[in-house]
Amino acid sequence: MRFAVVVFPGSNSDRDAFYAASRVLGQDASLVWHKDTDLGGADAVVLPGGFAHGDYLRTGAIARFSPIMGAVKAFADRGGPVIGICNGFQVLLEAGMLPGAMVRNRGIKFASKYVHVRVEQTDTPFTAACTPQQVLRLPIAHGEGNYFAEPEALAELERNRQVIFRYTNASGEPTDQSNPNGSLNNIAGICNERRNVVGLMPHPERAAEIALGSADGRVVLASVVTALAAVAAGPERSRGAATR
Amino acid sequence: MRARVYVTLKPSVFDPQGRVVADALVTLGYQDVKDVRQGKFFEVEIDGKDAAAAKTRVTEMADKLLANPVIESYRVEVLP
Repeated sequence: MRFAVVVFPGSNSDRDAFYAASRVLGQDASLVWHKDTDLGGADAVVLPGGFAHGDYLRTGAIARFSPIMGAVKAFADRGGPVIGICNGFQVLLEAGMLPGAMVRNRGIKFASKYVHVRVEQTDTPFTAACTPQQVLRLPIAHGEGNYFAEPEALAELERNRQVIFRYTNASGEPTDQSNPNGSLNNIAGICNERRNVVGLMPHPERAAEIALGSADGRVVLASVVTALAAVAAGPERSRGAATR
Repeated sequence: MRARVYVTLKPSVFDPQGRVVADALVTLGYQDVKDVRQGKFFEVEIDGKDAAAAKTRVTEMADKLLANPVIESYRVEVLP
């Protein structure tokens, strides 16, 4: 399969995602400049971490005007799998492709460390290869990862099982101490209603090999390879993967 | 014409920056400071002479871009 990794001016995790997709997972991958309007026949799209357009105005606020975003939105509307990592998650929120918004971390400080997240749902293309409630050790690096949504919107997210990753301690318990930024309900990642667009603050691509300190993130990008292979194999297997 | 847009976090959204500024003011000796909310301020220069039309346009701009309505509210003023 083929990954497209979008490169915005100010992206800094684009090469990490490209490396994880191409070298670690052995898939086709291409870097797509934000001024392009074509995803080059990609099967999955990664919006990487960084500071797109300098994060001017608000994080991700200007990136939604990048020409490539029209193609990303059309791809998502066709059901194509899209993952936004860190700044990519913020871009998806500002583009209205995921609900909610980010505010400054509650401790003000930029948080750069390893955290634990629990996989809440395995019926998305980016968690299909995870085991339910699997705890992953992943790095975070952000100043604005404090997820916010109004109470009704938050309740709807929970009701629709759209919370995909939650900050927990090493044993998988979502405690306040394990919440690195003040996110409501310890939310680290969510999906859209259709479940093909996923955003998360931690960096799975920076934890794809043990040499990097953790290989726990590998399963996130590997999931989409599994999920797409299951779709290609036919509806029976695809259904099996979705309910696993 | 010139319009001013004031963007602030909604009351329901915790403002960590405002909290730190409030704490700093108290440390400076302003013990009477209860809270600070930090926001953004924009001055928009816009063609035209109709103040009502300008207000409508700039309000639309605030809603679409200058503020994120999920977390922020805004106020628009058109200068005479």
